[in-house]
Amino acid sequence: MMEIVLTIALSLYILAILLALYRIIRGPSMPDRVVALDMIGVNLISAVAVFSVALSTHAFLEVILIVGILAFISTIALARFVERGEIVEHDSDR
Amino acid sequence: MIQIVEGFGVFLILTGGIMAVISAIGILRLPDVYTRSHAATKSSTLAVLLSLLGTFIYFWAAEQFISVRLLLGITFVFLTAPVSGHLITRAAYRSKVKLAESSTEDALAEVLGNPGRQEKKKPSSSDNEEK
Repeated sequence: MMEIVLTIALSLYILAILLALYRIIRGPSMPDRVVALDMIGVNLISAVAVFSVALSTHAFLEVILIVGILAFISTIALARFVERGEIVEHDSDR
Repeated sequence: MIQIVEGFGVFLILTGGIMAVISAIGILRLPDVYTRSHAATKSSTLAVLLSLLGTFIYFWAAEQFISVRLLLGITFVFLTAPVSGHLITRAAYRSKVKLAESSTEDALAEVLGNPGRQEKKKPSSSDNEEK
């Protein structure tokens, strides 16, 4: 019973990732794609959590933190790139 | 008793999956990037909070294992998802992504002097609009 519910939840997360992938391929502007990428990262965290429940192991719980931090930093960097055209500013007098 | 609590955790995970699909439908069907960021940040954050809380409750009930990493993950996602949503929406407005046709008011147009209402009258192609 519990395995069936976990399989249904995991396939729902995979469905959400596929729909966001359609928005990445299709999306008319650059920030649309970044929003969809952020959403894929968040859904990937949930999918890893469900996967570790289904296998009943603790080994994947670090992956949640790492994927969360990487998704946040990459979203910040891409937003700065969309806004200013560069990520790290070199002139220090601003 | 333990099985009831485990079932509650799995139910929270299933609710999170349904919320994730709802937010994915929102990111497909909403008209422009500002409304899509509503779907991507709010309901997707709720989905990941529900699934991580369900995982935490499941491990607590099944193995008496209180995972600090899951609590840290919940706190981190809850703190950073609104920040990243705000930053990408701000970058979209600064780089002159147009509003949807059905939006009625652009409150920042007279402060910052761009896109919404001016470009809706004369549709000129901006750089970030490839459609």
